[in-house]
Amino acid sequence: MTHLELAADHGRMVEAENLASSPLAIRGLTVSYGEKPAIFSVDATFEDGSMTAIIGPNGAGKSTLLKAALGVVRPLSGRVTVYGGPLEGARGRIAYVPQRASVDWDFPARVIDVVLMGLYRELGLLARVTGRHRSRAMDCLARVGMENFAHRQIGKLSGGQQQRVFLARALAQDADLYLLDEPFAGVDAATEKAIIDVLKALNAGGKTVVAVHHDLATVTEYFDRVFLINVRKVGEGPVESTFTGEALQKAYGGRLAVTQIDGLALGAV
Amino acid sequence: MSGADFVPLSLVPILIGVFTAIACALPGNFLLLRRQALIGDAISHVVLPGIVLAFLVTGSTGTWPMMAGAAVAAVVAVVLIEAIRRLGRVESGAAMGVVFTAMFAGGVLLLERSDTSAVHLDVEHALMGNLESLIWLDAEGWSSLLDPVALAGLPPELTRIFVTMLGVAAFLWLFWRPLKIATFDEGFAQGAGIRTGALGMALVIVAAIAAVAAFDAVGSIIVIAMFICPPAAARLMTDRLEAQIAWSVGFATLSAVAGYVLAGYGPLWFGGVNAVSAAGMIATVSGVILALATIFGPCRSRTGAPSGT
Repeated sequence: MTHLELAADHGRMVEAENLASSPLAIRGLTVSYGEKPAIFSVDATFEDGSMTAIIGPNGAGKSTLLKAALGVVRPLSGRVTVYGGPLEGARGRIAYVPQRASVDWDFPARVIDVVLMGLYRELGLLARVTGRHRSRAMDCLARVGMENFAHRQIGKLSGGQQQRVFLARALAQDADLYLLDEPFAGVDAATEKAIIDVLKALNAGGKTVVAVHHDLATVTEYFDRVFLINVRKVGEGPVESTFTGEALQKAYGGRLAVTQIDGLALGAV
Repeated sequence: MSGADFVPLSLVPILIGVFTAIACALPGNFLLLRRQALIGDAISHVVLPGIVLAFLVTGSTGTWPMMAGAAVAAVVAVVLIEAIRRLGRVESGAAMGVVFTAMFAGGVLLLERSDTSAVHLDVEHALMGNLESLIWLDAEGWSSLLDPVALAGLPPELTRIFVTMLGVAAFLWLFWRPLKIATFDEGFAQGAGIRTGALGMALVIVAAIAAVAAFDAVGSIIVIAMFICPPAAARLMTDRLEAQIAWSVGFATLSAVAGYVLAGYGPLWFGGVNAVSAAGMIATVSGVILALATIFGPCRSRTGAPSGT
């Protein structure tokens, strides 16, 4: 074996290890809704027990990356492995919080009904919802501070409260990997605090958290890793080394003032 | 009115009306929440080419070939609507519009270009049905309900729509949980492994079957009304899906019974001599119930409007 072959061989072994140990590994993922790709040939490896922010400008494909990882949108090409295996075998280990604005909150359901939806994989088609299931749903509501709203119609909640209900539903899924699409979008300060506390507690318990995040100012405070994307991957790694002015400049192009980036990058150190 | 009159003349039409209304209202709840309520209207147009083709193929105007032709046309339409919506990336209302206009036009063309126009395919029958004519000649009174000989003479439409209603209810019962989740939050449902595309297609096909079974007995007016009015009125009465379904069944039953009675006896009360169309009156009553629910329903405020934070 030549050095080159050895190196290639070693590379393959490292890659195989990465795939096997990562809760979510994405290789060469391309998704297109029309003529132009929404994401193009993206590789990503989310580390077990990490708390990662997916960052990029509007239309960069952040949500699409999550949806494609979950099979919600069909990719043109690429591969997704969840805990080293195919997605279908690992659905029970993933919890998903879609964007709050993606559903019609006029739907006739109460808060507790929505949280119980998180138990679908456990209940299946016909198993009855018992008191045990209900008390678990109530526990999840208590973790997001919404236990007093269990019987309220979901349309009568504020945006922040709706977001907490979505998080409670994800908690009911009792997963190892939590994928959240803009969990802090349009919520009040109290809700933001409640949500980040829950996510940090999950993370402290060894769970992996991946969130599409739009507020650059809070990245260093909330997350330990970042994944930068602008249709193509721009960078991934620990916040300290990856969340730099240079990388942000690359991800956002001219859309972010240099002073803004310098400020953020300084905050990151 | 005594049993001797009521059972042979009115019992069967009322039951058929009630079963039809429930069979349509049940899937209507989900179609309404999915913003697909007009699918009933679409189906009522697309069955025409199916019926004409069924006649051309079999040469008969019997019930079963007509039903089969209509059902096939409805399923073809549903698949076409889904395909256009996905491939063309257009809103489902636009896809429905394209498909049902094209298929209805195709049906009219077929009717004109073949010698089927000589056959009596009655427009009025298609719209209003003939609920009043579905009488139970073998019945002599309430005791006939226990008489096997009389029961054998029940109009076959009654059995057909009853079985259809049971089938629709069974589908909703079996797939209740995924239907509810996928209707509220499709992305979450897919993430949890629910095959939302297949489920949505199955729902529309079930609705199509209910519609086709109902056409035969009661015509298309009642079908369109029952898909929309009882569920829409029910939504205004409650904020829970389970309760909404119950209300919609209640409203559907009330519409059918009250509509039939009003059509048969209402004109007499006002000094008229002829009864009016039962199907038309059933649809009217369901519309009145919806209007009342809109005004007085406890959950009538639109609660899903963006509320800010």
